[in-house]
Amino acid sequence: MKFKSKSHGVCILLCICSHLFAITSFSQTTDDAIMMGKNNLCSGLMYSHSSWDHYWEGTFKRDNQNLGTVSTQMLAVMGNYGVSSKLNILFGLPYVQTQASAGTLHGMKGVQDLSLWVKWMPVEKDLGKGTFSLYLLGGASAPTHNYVVDYLPLSIGLKSKTLSAKLMLDYQLNNFFVTGSETYTYRSNITIDRSSYYDNTDLILSNEVQMPDVNTIQLRTGYRSDRLIAEALITDMKTLGGFDIRKNDMPFPSNQMNITTIGTNFKYEIQKVLGLSLTGGANYVIAGRNVGQATGFNIGVFYILDFTHHKKESDSDSKK
Amino acid sequence: MRKINIFYYVLTAITAITVSSCKKNIPGRTDNLAPLNPQNIDLNAGTWKPVLMSRPDTFSVPAPVATTSAEYLAELDELKGYQKNMTGEQVEKMKYWSAGNVLRWNEIMRDLVTKYNIPAYQNPDGSYPIPSAANPFAYPLFPFANPPYAARAYAYISAAQYDALIACWYYKKLYNRPQPYSVDPTVKAQTGSTTLPSYPSEAAVVAGVTAEMMKLLFPDEISYVQQNLYEAETSAMISGTATRSDITAGEALGRQVAQQFIARAKVDNAGKAVGTPTDWANLETKTIAKGEVPWYSLEIPKRPPMLPLFGKITPFLFDTTTVAALRPGPPPATHSDQMRQETQEVYNYVKNPSREHIRIVHFWADGISTYTPPGHWNAIASEDFIPKNFSEVRWARNMALLNMSLMDAAIVCWDTKYFYYNARPTQLDSDIKTLTGVPNFPSYISGHSTFSGAAATILGHIIPEKAGSYTAMANEASLSRLVGGLHYRSDCNVGLLVGASVGNYAVARAKTDGAE
Repeated sequence: MKFKSKSHGVCILLCICSHLFAITSFSQTTDDAIMMGKNNLCSGLMYSHSSWDHYWEGTFKRDNQNLGTVSTQMLAVMGNYGVSSKLNILFGLPYVQTQASAGTLHGMKGVQDLSLWVKWMPVEKDLGKGTFSLYLLGGASAPTHNYVVDYLPLSIGLKSKTLSAKLMLDYQLNNFFVTGSETYTYRSNITIDRSSYYDNTDLILSNEVQMPDVNTIQLRTGYRSDRLIAEALITDMKTLGGFDIRKNDMPFPSNQMNITTIGTNFKYEIQKVLGLSLTGGANYVIAGRNVGQATGFNIGVFYILDFTHHKKESDSDSKK
Repeated sequence: MRKINIFYYVLTAITAITVSSCKKNIPGRTDNLAPLNPQNIDLNAGTWKPVLMSRPDTFSVPAPVATTSAEYLAELDELKGYQKNMTGEQVEKMKYWSAGNVLRWNEIMRDLVTKYNIPAYQNPDGSYPIPSAANPFAYPLFPFANPPYAARAYAYISAAQYDALIACWYYKKLYNRPQPYSVDPTVKAQTGSTTLPSYPSEAAVVAGVTAEMMKLLFPDEISYVQQNLYEAETSAMISGTATRSDITAGEALGRQVAQQFIARAKVDNAGKAVGTPTDWANLETKTIAKGEVPWYSLEIPKRPPMLPLFGKITPFLFDTTTVAALRPGPPPATHSDQMRQETQEVYNYVKNPSREHIRIVHFWADGISTYTPPGHWNAIASEDFIPKNFSEVRWARNMALLNMSLMDAAIVCWDTKYFYYNARPTQLDSDIKTLTGVPNFPSYISGHSTFSGAAATILGHIIPEKAGSYTAMANEASLSRLVGGLHYRSDCNVGLLVGASVGNYAVARAKTDGAE
């Protein structure tokens, strides 16, 4: 689905979901079957809060009174620019802060990873009474600085450089839609501050850690119009390798972190201010492995700038 | 055009990230080493001073058969068969072990400490199960290889290896059997040649003594250890440095020498180091009687203190009365101005920690699921010993000196901790949040500082050109506990001094053990 002008522009929140052990990159704009119109820039801020007091060591679910409730707050700046109505570029940059309500461990805070995505809609056609569209996306992310990674569950990120490829299919019938997507994320090796670590098989005499790749499948469905979107979604993230947290051990960045999350999102475009929209969402982890059972919510505000007019002027200027 | 430009920038960015983040398996720093080829074979090491053995020939090794005998010729044929039919995996193992048997067994030991360095999960009633040597496969697995346990394990194994290799060298010189490839030129010296006599095999001596010690210290790992023993011995044969009789005599000698250390370990008081609930309560009562705030566990639920009677263990480098003599004076009184100032200093460090301070804290933390601070110093020592090309017996001697220092440092440190039984910074000021886990034992004196002071002192003697760098490392390890919120400055400074005093006992021994 695409929106060609500011008056019909829908800007969807990008959710940087942080389930504490597993910090996934921003997703929702990239997961949405929505394109910005040509020369439109939708940008905004999103705040999210996520917390848990139970987590899984492998398959063993437990609490930990030495952590109490672990919470992660995030403030992210995000944007989505329409190169054309079929080709969008997206970015996101979050600031993350963690803390544990009990025990002695010090929380962490800092700017996390910069993400950049290209979103392409090669196919959009009528199918039956509705519209079918197909999207291909490529994304990359990299840490903005050498933050502390080997300090889970309180580190602010996993520090891998990533490359992602995503296939997304969408079908819209009147105001109801279904979207499915699959994302493969390649993660680079990382370095940690110590000179050796244990991977449940061997003592590795190195500060370099191999990070297994990640595959994510998502389904979303709900109501979608120009001014209002309300949807439910389920996301299943699997880490393709890695090892379990042993009983009563500390987590490690290359653990096998799997998460199944259900959630709901809404977006509402304010009628009185053209291009201004509010977003919100909530999510809950229903199953996991080596991750916290997080409950989260987020709110955002986004605004669309239309550069179409200015571009024409500058183009004609340059020709003179 | 604009569209193409943006596309181009995005593609460039993605390509840049791809190129700079090539993923591959992680090679360890010591995975691919050249074969150990000592400049000095230390032929007279049979005269060096052992730790427990009264004489180098306390354990007898029968005279080998002549290299002209039919029996020996058959053994050479066995070697040639091995060399002719080597598998790729055998070649890999041979390369691995050729870097040095003391080195590789030290790494295996660190591996096992790492695996077993994990505290037990609590019972439903909030108490904690204690690992049992009598039932080592039940949860929690025996042992809990925490820092003092690990220090003792490293010391026993290293000291036993050293004594066993003194005996080995004694018999090598006595019987003077040439290397298989010197007897028969058709046997290839696959990992370099030496003039060191081959009987009994040093690879088998180290394997035998270590396997026997590990039965005691890591009873769940007998099959894993036995597999390594088999690979080490097979590698020695494939490399052309030992025949079957060199191996058999060596392994038997190693296992015999180990018995003396096992007998000592059974009566060194380690079995009582956990203490009893009465012991734990007495520590608290005694401290309160002195007018001080006693330590309590910062874990929830509260965990009994770690090995409170470890200070009663019999040291290697001095006697038990010296332990008390090395115990430093008391820490600042709980309610003194100095303690207030030192607590404030810790708070100031952790309030807004710098990235560099966090790096130092994590580099030296050596907490659960690591080889512990003594293991870290073994890693540092090993990587510095590798380029020195020490003979196996000198490797063992240097590792024994290091690890006896670390064990005795643990004994003096634990004696001090439980003599004063004082509170950690976070206990006195709950606003002090730590940058790594708080260990479950009293504060004064810092274990990391004591270990590091001892290790830097003996390593600085062994490799004098690095003495300054070892001192700098020890100071950084010590500082890491202050800026990480784990210790007061007094704990760290006094810990370094006490550690150095312990290390000096090892230096005194090193000067008179016949190896210098």
